[in-house]
Amino acid sequence: MNIRVLMFGWEFPPQVTGGLGMACYGLTRSLSRANVAVTFVLPKPITNMNEHRFLKIRFIGDSKGRIKIKSISSYLRPYLSIETYDEYLKRLAGVPLDYALSLIDEVRRYGMLARDIALDEEFDVIHAHDWLSFGAGIEAKNVSGKPLIVHVHATEFDRTAGHPNQQIYEEERRGLQAADCIIAVSHRTKSTIVEHYGIHPEKIVVIHNGLDHDEHGRELPDILHEIKAQGKKIVLFFGRITIQKGPDHFLRAAKRVLDYDPNVIFIVAGAGDMEHQSIRLAADLGISKNVIFTGSIWGDDRIRLFRAADLYVMPSVSEPFGITALEALANGTPLLLSKQSGAGEVVTHTLRSDFWDVDDMADKILGVLGSRSLKDTLSENGLRDVRRVTWDDTAGKCILVYRDMIAKGLS
Amino acid sequence: MASVCFYFQVHQPYRTKKYRVFDIGHDHHYFNDKSDQDINNEKILHKVATKCYRRTNRVLLELLERYPQFKCTFSLSGTVIEQMEEFSPETLETFRALVKTGRVEILDETYHHSLSFLYSKPEFEDQVALHRAKVQQVFGVTPTSFRNTELIYSNELASYIEKMGYKAVLAEGADHILGWRSPNFLYSPPGGSNIRLLLKNYRLSDDIAFRFSSRDWVDWPLTSEKFAQWVNAVNGNGNLVNLFMDYETFGEHQWEDTGIFDFLLALPGEILKHPDNDFVTVTEAAERYQPVGEVDVPYFISWADIERDLSAWLGNSIQHEAIQKLYSLEARVKDAHDPKLLDDWRKLTTSDHFYYMCTKWFADGDVHKYFNPYNTPYEAFIAYNNILHDLEYRLDHHRAVGTHHAPKHLSVTPKPKREKTKEDVTQARRTVRRTSAKTKEQRAGH
Repeated sequence: MNIRVLMFGWEFPPQVTGGLGMACYGLTRSLSRANVAVTFVLPKPITNMNEHRFLKIRFIGDSKGRIKIKSISSYLRPYLSIETYDEYLKRLAGVPLDYALSLIDEVRRYGMLARDIALDEEFDVIHAHDWLSFGAGIEAKNVSGKPLIVHVHATEFDRTAGHPNQQIYEEERRGLQAADCIIAVSHRTKSTIVEHYGIHPEKIVVIHNGLDHDEHGRELPDILHEIKAQGKKIVLFFGRITIQKGPDHFLRAAKRVLDYDPNVIFIVAGAGDMEHQSIRLAADLGISKNVIFTGSIWGDDRIRLFRAADLYVMPSVSEPFGITALEALANGTPLLLSKQSGAGEVVTHTLRSDFWDVDDMADKILGVLGSRSLKDTLSENGLRDVRRVTWDDTAGKCILVYRDMIAKGLS
Repeated sequence: MASVCFYFQVHQPYRTKKYRVFDIGHDHHYFNDKSDQDINNEKILHKVATKCYRRTNRVLLELLERYPQFKCTFSLSGTVIEQMEEFSPETLETFRALVKTGRVEILDETYHHSLSFLYSKPEFEDQVALHRAKVQQVFGVTPTSFRNTELIYSNELASYIEKMGYKAVLAEGADHILGWRSPNFLYSPPGGSNIRLLLKNYRLSDDIAFRFSSRDWVDWPLTSEKFAQWVNAVNGNGNLVNLFMDYETFGEHQWEDTGIFDFLLALPGEILKHPDNDFVTVTEAAERYQPVGEVDVPYFISWADIERDLSAWLGNSIQHEAIQKLYSLEARVKDAHDPKLLDDWRKLTTSDHFYYMCTKWFADGDVHKYFNPYNTPYEAFIAYNNILHDLEYRLDHHRAVGTHHAPKHLSVTPKPKREKTKEDVTQARRTVRRTSAKTKEQRAGH
């Protein structure tokens, strides 16, 4: 019997704002390869796919109809906080909205609409990704009686660097408590769930994320040769410019590096609510000349940027996993990862620092920039290291969880 | 007859502290970590001295008292002797007590447990001379046999140290050099040389050193009776059982609760139950037995890992970069005539520094099997590399000072950055000056 999964997410390529959408894509593609039929439900319509509400469309590409995408129209966006969501709605003034105007209400509405989908679909297990879709997963469980698996890619504690919003925290805890099984993307995340949400560790399975290797092996034209031609080295920050990702620590480390070696360019690629603050910080530190803010970068440019960089730094304050860490390695770019990052559980050939230890980061950055052999050794070993990490492996472990849940449901 | 030749290696390096790029030019103390991490040399020395050195020395002393036939051989690196002098003189005293029995031989090696034979023959000779002087000073004996760092060995090494006057040398009884032959005989290097070669019986040695406490091993638990039978089995097809191992095997690698000390205490009695068995030291073995053949080792071997080659220290490009940079500074360091500078440089030649940069077991996500006081090989490299930069800074600074204070000396040999050529090395070899005066000069740095 093929397993049928009703999966709730909140973003999917081509419209993604962070790693979650990419993770859902990689996971569902590998699940479909393993003959798991996935119906993927999204809270908002995806442009370039179909404009209808609650649409049911086939997944583009190679899935032979095994992944269906369903969409519920709403304005949910995965990485918004309640405050920025209100800002976001103001900017949308004039757009007719038939929804209540708070993020929490949006989540509730997604849950209610999910009931109809659950009644309409045939499935064996429910799989919900992160808190925005937990409510939907709970409703689907209520109407179908099928086991609910919630997949935690990040918690409110990670996103806010330890200052959670109470409403979001409660919504997360509601999902974690209602779930029959919890998948955590790292042991680090499992600990967070146990410590901050009071969940019994036996209910949590750690399944690390994978990597889409096809995407990274391709030939692409180089970029940034002008900078490199000047003999300058490039150090990259890539991610949302939010407190979770530690852009401020990156800039302070940059300052330490530049005091020692002015021949380095720091690129900050991404967008987020700390963008202006970060630009100001670079100016205050007197390093604006050596820092380039690029805004969000996606697609092939992202890969080209990794390849151009001499070092990728991920100074996250709290990173449940951090797929971009693997992406950097897959492109032969050495990696400096904060010790507070889950990706460090699957790859070993990286440099690690505490996110707050700016001196240690600067020391390691200068170490790599100053030694060809160190850069090459990290690059070669990192590439070999990351080849073992695949979405097929992740999907295989998820299937074991599905089987287990289905068997428990039958008994 | 089977003679058991116990040889124990005692060594501790001067681990470098977490030396950052910002320390270059400001902090010239490289080995003084005082944290609770495993790079705190004093802390490690105390730990190993308590768990292993004094504890095992007590057992050996008892065995020496109980059995007049019992003998064994040690090699202590200069760096471990120095650390015992500084942090734990009472431990060094227990080694002295062993040597005083007259039945414990001390071998020579490079003072700094270095790879200098591979990179600089003059430095190799200097370090051997330093070691010999140290052993004479501390133990009042003059070594007559030799073992190179981590049993790194080749034909070239054998003939080199033969010329230096040694009677015997140790090497790994690696399968790929022995072929069908047994390690349980005395051998010699090719070409009719007079130096004798003792090859480690790695199966029996590793039964104690590595497998003793392994419950997955079919022969677990290993008893002294069982081990003595294996030794007896050599009778008739061999006359020498070379049990070479790190001394830290006792109490540190195999913890006391594995029963390792009871095993060691009971073993000589069991071995001596067979009337044809006895114990020999390394030089004794070389003098007592006739070599049964020549063993040709054209390429370097060692006792490390399954590869038994140099890849633990020289297997990746960061290791090569670090060691090449180190030896490229040799001429300038020696020209500076600054004892502290020379001593620091020499402490950086210790092989462990390069071992910590090894990445070969660090692969496959198997991080837990890997022990490294620096967390990763890359951090070990970064700290080491920063230190070399500081050493260079000191050399530059020293030269500037030297120009004012010692222009005469500098005008004699104005060859600051010249690479050492083969001719230099040959020249240096011909004119070795291993005088005690030089040794004193180096020790004056302390």
